[in-house]
Amino acid sequence: MLRNLLISLLLLSFVYIFYNLYVGFTPKTELDGIAAHYADKGAAEIGAANLVTAVVVTYRGFDTLGEVTILFLTASIIGFFLKLTEADENKVIIHRGTSELLATSSNLLVPIIILFGIYVFMNGHLTPGGGFQGGAIIASAIALAILANPNMHINHQIILWVESISGVVFVLMGVLGILLAGGFLDNRILPQGQFGTLLSAGAIPIIYSFIGLKVGAEISNILEKYQKSQKES
Amino acid sequence: MEFFELGKISLLIGFGLIVLGFWGILSQKNIIKIILSFTIMETGVNILIVSLGYVKGKTAPIIDSAVEQGANHSVLGQVVDPVPQALVLTAIVIGFGTTALLLAYAMKLFKAKRTLQINNFNDLKW
Amino acid sequence: MIYILIASFIGLLSFVIGALAIQSKKLSVAVIATGVVSLFSSILFLLMAAPDVAMTEASIGSGLTTLIYFYVLNKIKKHHA
Repeated sequence: MLRNLLISLLLLSFVYIFYNLYVGFTPKTELDGIAAHYADKGAAEIGAANLVTAVVVTYRGFDTLGEVTILFLTASIIGFFLKLTEADENKVIIHRGTSELLATSSNLLVPIIILFGIYVFMNGHLTPGGGFQGGAIIASAIALAILANPNMHINHQIILWVESISGVVFVLMGVLGILLAGGFLDNRILPQGQFGTLLSAGAIPIIYSFIGLKVGAEISNILEKYQKSQKES
Repeated sequence: MEFFELGKISLLIGFGLIVLGFWGILSQKNIIKIILSFTIMETGVNILIVSLGYVKGKTAPIIDSAVEQGANHSVLGQVVDPVPQALVLTAIVIGFGTTALLLAYAMKLFKAKRTLQINNFNDLKW
Repeated sequence: MIYILIASFIGLLSFVIGALAIQSKKLSVAVIATGVVSLFSSILFLLMAAPDVAMTEASIGSGLTTLIYFYVLNKIKKHHA
């Protein structure tokens, strides 16, 4: 009884705070401050047609580096927690048998979905999408493959190498920015190119592609760990 | 004060989902349910942040033929704020990571006690 | 105007489905409902001129997260049965 009372008291105070915030809020009609600068000069400075990509990769590139690090840490901690014993590792998952439809369609679709993911992160500076979305699409292809064949063996060496090389290249591009251009993760180490084409916006397509590969490898790793944990009795 | 405006309605939805998720975290006893409430709360926070950057009647911050461009591809006064969108983009991916971590802990807890009711985890109580 | 109608409709639906997710006795129903709330929020992001965020939310928030929940549910159900 006391518990319910306390919960409702806490929720009511939250509602009161939010109500005051809501009443005091006036929607923007014009961009101001730093956002106005991004909208005005972003295309000229960075050369990316997608301003969100310009912010994620270059203006706030340091945040993205931290984000990728957090994802890497999560993947490692999950790997540590869901580690199987030697005996469990060699078990075979007994399942009802995959339906013909799922097996055939996964064989057909997995390469196409991976290709689409690569398309999404290579065009991150022109169209909606980018490294995170492309990585998630690649991971969903891996998820489909795992669902179709639960005992599929995924080569850990490949995931490990893709992940480490992408991370190292990402940081190296950032350091090159200090040496050759204005600062860490500056994209002007490569020529800007024609606005709106694939090879434009300096280093953004390269950096975002490696972010995509890294995110895809990490999420696939997490999914594979969860799949393996089903073996444990 | 105009009520019927997309920015304000989205703000309201965001606040509502946060309160809903908070209520779930406080009132539920099952650990999986608590994690689910966490996910709902996180969705609310994301909606809230994006709605703060929305400008009425403006288009997405992508410069293509759909947007009127000034000199040097300047789109000032044509697009919404790109910064909150970039923040939420990373927040969603981190949210996936934290949810996966929470679920790994939940599995570990289930293995230890064969239950997920939070009342049974009273080892630190004395 | 049509955007505002769609947004209010989505908001009401996501409150109802979110409450269902928290109150439901069956965990599988709750997990699916949370995925639906994520999917609705992705539509809302699209209305608020954020296609990047909408894409991410639809693929990660409502796709992969739901998948992981079901892995855990499957693990738990094995022992209850």
